[in-house]
Amino acid sequence: MGLLSDPNRRRALISMLTRLNAPICVVCYFAGVAWFMGLAFEPFTLRTYMSENAMGSTMVEERFPAGERALATGREFAAHKKKVGGMPVDWLVKNMQDRGLEVFTQSFSRTLPFPDENKERYIVKGTNVYGILRAPRAPRTEALVLSAPCSPGDSNNQAVGLLLGLAQYFRNQIYWAKDIIFLVNEHDLIGMQAWLEGYHHTNTTGMSWSPLQGRGGSIQAALSLELSSDVITSLDLVLEGLNGQLPNLDLANLFYAFCQKIGVLCTIQGKLQRNDWDSVSGYSHAVQTMMLMVMKQASGRPWGDHGLFLRYHIEAATIKGVNSFRQYKTDATTIGRLLEGMYRKLNNLLERLHQSYFFYLMPSLSHFVSIGYYMPAFGLLAVILLLRQSSPGVLSVLTPLVISHLTGVALYALPIRFQETAVEHFPVSETEAVVLTAIAIYTAGLALPHNTHRLLSGEGTEQGWRVLKLIAVLYLAVLLGCTALINFSLGFILALTLVPLAAFVTPHVPKVLSAFILVILSPACTLLFSVFFFQELQEMPVSFQDGWLLYLSVISQGILDHSLYGSLVYPLIALLVYPCWLLFWNILFWK
Amino acid sequence: ILSATVDAAADTQGTSAPETVVPSSVPQPKDDFQEELVIRPLHSGDIYASFQFRTLWDTDFMRENKVSHYRLFPKSLGQVISKFSVRELHISFTQGYWRTMQWGQPFIPSPPGAELWVWFQDSVTDVDATWKELTNVLSGIFCASLNFIDSTNTVQPSASFKPLGIGNVTDHSFLRYATLPREIVCTENLTPWKKLLPCGSKAGLAVLLKSEKLFHSSFHSQAVHIRSVCQDWQCKTTSWELRQTVNSVFDLHNSGQAKREWSLFKMFSRTLTEACPLASSSKLYIDITDNPQQFELSPATSLLSQAVVLGDRRTFSVYDLTQETTFGSVRSLNLLIRWKSNEGEMLRPLLHAERYVAGYGLQTGEIHTLMYNNHPYRSFPVLLLDSVPWYLRLYIHTLSVTSKGKDNKPSYIHYEPSKDRVKPHLLEMLIQLPPNSVTEVTVQFERALLKWTEYPPDPNHGFYVGSSVISSLVPSTVAMDTNSTRERPLFSSFFPCKEESSYFVRIYTEPLLVNLPTPDFSMPYNVICLTCTVVAVGYGSLYNLLTRSFQIEEPNPGLAKRIANVIRKMRGVPPL
Repeated sequence: MGLLSDPNRRRALISMLTRLNAPICVVCYFAGVAWFMGLAFEPFTLRTYMSENAMGSTMVEERFPAGERALATGREFAAHKKKVGGMPVDWLVKNMQDRGLEVFTQSFSRTLPFPDENKERYIVKGTNVYGILRAPRAPRTEALVLSAPCSPGDSNNQAVGLLLGLAQYFRNQIYWAKDIIFLVNEHDLIGMQAWLEGYHHTNTTGMSWSPLQGRGGSIQAALSLELSSDVITSLDLVLEGLNGQLPNLDLANLFYAFCQKIGVLCTIQGKLQRNDWDSVSGYSHAVQTMMLMVMKQASGRPWGDHGLFLRYHIEAATIKGVNSFRQYKTDATTIGRLLEGMYRKLNNLLERLHQSYFFYLMPSLSHFVSIGYYMPAFGLLAVILLLRQSSPGVLSVLTPLVISHLTGVALYALPIRFQETAVEHFPVSETEAVVLTAIAIYTAGLALPHNTHRLLSGEGTEQGWRVLKLIAVLYLAVLLGCTALINFSLGFILALTLVPLAAFVTPHVPKVLSAFILVILSPACTLLFSVFFFQELQEMPVSFQDGWLLYLSVISQGILDHSLYGSLVYPLIALLVYPCWLLFWNILFWK
Repeated sequence: ILSATVDAAADTQGTSAPETVVPSSVPQPKDDFQEELVIRPLHSGDIYASFQFRTLWDTDFMRENKVSHYRLFPKSLGQVISKFSVRELHISFTQGYWRTMQWGQPFIPSPPGAELWVWFQDSVTDVDATWKELTNVLSGIFCASLNFIDSTNTVQPSASFKPLGIGNVTDHSFLRYATLPREIVCTENLTPWKKLLPCGSKAGLAVLLKSEKLFHSSFHSQAVHIRSVCQDWQCKTTSWELRQTVNSVFDLHNSGQAKREWSLFKMFSRTLTEACPLASSSKLYIDITDNPQQFELSPATSLLSQAVVLGDRRTFSVYDLTQETTFGSVRSLNLLIRWKSNEGEMLRPLLHAERYVAGYGLQTGEIHTLMYNNHPYRSFPVLLLDSVPWYLRLYIHTLSVTSKGKDNKPSYIHYEPSKDRVKPHLLEMLIQLPPNSVTEVTVQFERALLKWTEYPPDPNHGFYVGSSVISSLVPSTVAMDTNSTRERPLFSSFFPCKEESSYFVRIYTEPLLVNLPTPDFSMPYNVICLTCTVVAVGYGSLYNLLTRSFQIEEPNPGLAKRIANVIRKMRGVPPL
């Protein structure tokens, strides 16, 4: 710190910072992006390793024999599902009871704020069935959960069959130290939300459910199983949960260790691991995998039924069976053995999973980037905001601040409120009404600066916009910093788009061009690009028409996620990010 | 109480007088030893085995000259009684949770982990010190962690734990109650327990207590109860009773529809060959109430006994091990039972309870205790005892008791607030449970942040909160059955008779595992702290540079100039 306390050198530093301010900012921005892209380069990442000693070696002998029988049970389940036209509750209850479990049911119902056109549901009523395998000589203080969704149509029957098969096998083993809860949830996430709320007796989203009769103490870990074919080629691990929360890395390590041991192909983000990290294609593969994770995490949605567990501090992941056109096939017995191994390891846990990382990105299943490595990338972007602060002044810019936030509140609250009115006056469905209202309010916000600064006393002074910009830049720095701590991906993507505009915008730049850039970099357009980019990453490119429809459905899903599961992305964008962007818009049109 | 009725059943079979050999010259105090095993096939398909060993001794440990000659009564416990002036002592070690909904009521209830409650004689002056010393001694005798009992987990219940022996004590300052829900019970606790028996594990029913099978069960509980009982019906003199019990539930689940089969050898990997030679009575009871026609017992016995156990009339087949004929020609009793899978539904237990922690996050939470009264038309009161460690700070103003959606006002509440690091919360309530209802008791709490040295080595495992205790007089199912004229004469069944109209039940809820806010004791945490410090210092300096305006300091003016300036200032002219 000697450099900073010596006035002469300090002056030199300051003059350098002020003189080279713009180039430094540009360098920081590109360094941040380059750092981020470097994260996917294998020599810069760490190999995953098991931190939890209680799960250390994979010395468990898996003996699950009954894969074929499990598939037969799955077919029986499918037949009953078809007959009942939904969840075959009675059949499941009887089957679980026969397997020696304590069986309970929970019914729930929920009216969505507006119809969900993707899944075609509006008023949801359903029943969850769960059976508890009581561990011998255990005092009901700890439990593990294995869940399988009862999906409509022909999917996931094998998962339920395997779940029942495992229940039967687990029941006859003596080594369990934690109760194991086998859960079949109806209406995927809504059922899971109802069950979790019932289990923890909370009500965060206004769902109505019947109270649970049986519990197993505090849940230590959970896996959700999705399996739609008798044989699979690979297993995909899904980690991203609600609000971008991730389970402890040890859960991913455990899955990877057992896949290696049993010889099952395993993927993350549907991408296999490749060994040719030094080739361009190998590197771009890793970048793709990591970007997919970033996009998914930034969306803040639960990407599998496990996603809702994370709020309750329960480590959870979804395991998806994928059947593609590869030669190498894995049967249900092998998947059963894999799950058996994982549950035996989790059963050995003495403490909750806490040894490994909670904040990480995965460019492949065997490598990870920890918070210490990815934060500098964000830090390089955020430091631009600090360098662009100009001299402080008096707070006289309350009006644009308040008006921007009121617009944000309107964007947050009005779409759902006014859906009936919108449906009455325009030829649209409820879902379209909500989404289009949101877009309309968003666009209307752009017209505001022409009116706001007229209300100011000192109209459009030089001092005024400088103060406003100072506030806006600090605001953005704090906002992005907090977001990146909780959900790195979302914070990083927002920083990538918002930081440049925050850095360059003044009332003196060419209006039309800047306005165009500002709109391009606004949160809504970022979302639009993300949709296309995500499709590109998944190797399923879409036309503009389809992309636009997808974009609309993503907005409706975002609003639904917020009201159904308490996802925070929509309120974050509407109440904080969008008003912040409006401030910059205001600065541009200050005169 | 419940076992007393079983004993009454044993008495109806005509117990022979104690056959102790007493030298005629010295009037020795009489002692007596009985052993019995009750086996009950449960509706869930499991087998419940309950051992009871009872030693009676007509002596007075409290008299001036110390008792020194021990015969059947274990000396280690006798010395404990006299040294610590114990009036009554109950200790239990349990591994597992009794599943009331599947198994019905146990003969001797006990909470998971270790439980100890002691009534001291009123001659004890410093109860807390005596209690501390006693727990340490018992810890040694039973090889258990009872020495972890201290003031932070000891309470003095005002109503829930009344003496079970004679003596009408009401001053609960002589009572101490503590549980250790985390205590793990294993062979190391069983061995010293077996050594207290007169025959050890050499002969009698205790040969069945082999740890490799006993700890292969769904539930295991062992207990020692010491109390004073009347010697005769006039109750002029008292004798000490030591009751040692083992309760086990064996899991005989088989998924197929095969015939259920069970034998002594299959369960204990031993057969019975003799009674304990020191025992005055040694009996084996098989509960055949549920469907006597479906049972197939071999060897068969003609002895039947009926008793009202836990408010329910039960029928037992009895094997008297003191009789040679019981063992037959092979000189060994390997009892075998076969029965068809029973379809009959179990009568729901009239009272059961569950408890859980609601909410999420590490700041607050809510304890929910649910009590079910399954009686179709009678309400009855229950005493709820909750002892919560201090690190859960109960918000007692949020305490609510609701039944059937309505507020249920407890008729008696005894609450002692906790003191940080000194004593736990104690909450006792007398609540009337309406018929056929669920009563929910909720109270919110805040999770305390401990000092960093107070965390155990495994802080992320969570912290235990001991079971709630629910004590009640439950209306008996025998009394419920007003049409039971089949077995009893009409004139006896009009008024429900007092003894059978209700019975005492104590049930324990699950212990809770609660996560407290835990600092990250690991390296990444240190790294984050360090990084944050560095960033804070760096950013602070940078921000300082960017916002502060610098100017060169004027050189120090001379003395004359300074004086001139003072004068100019007084004149009101700007300084030089």
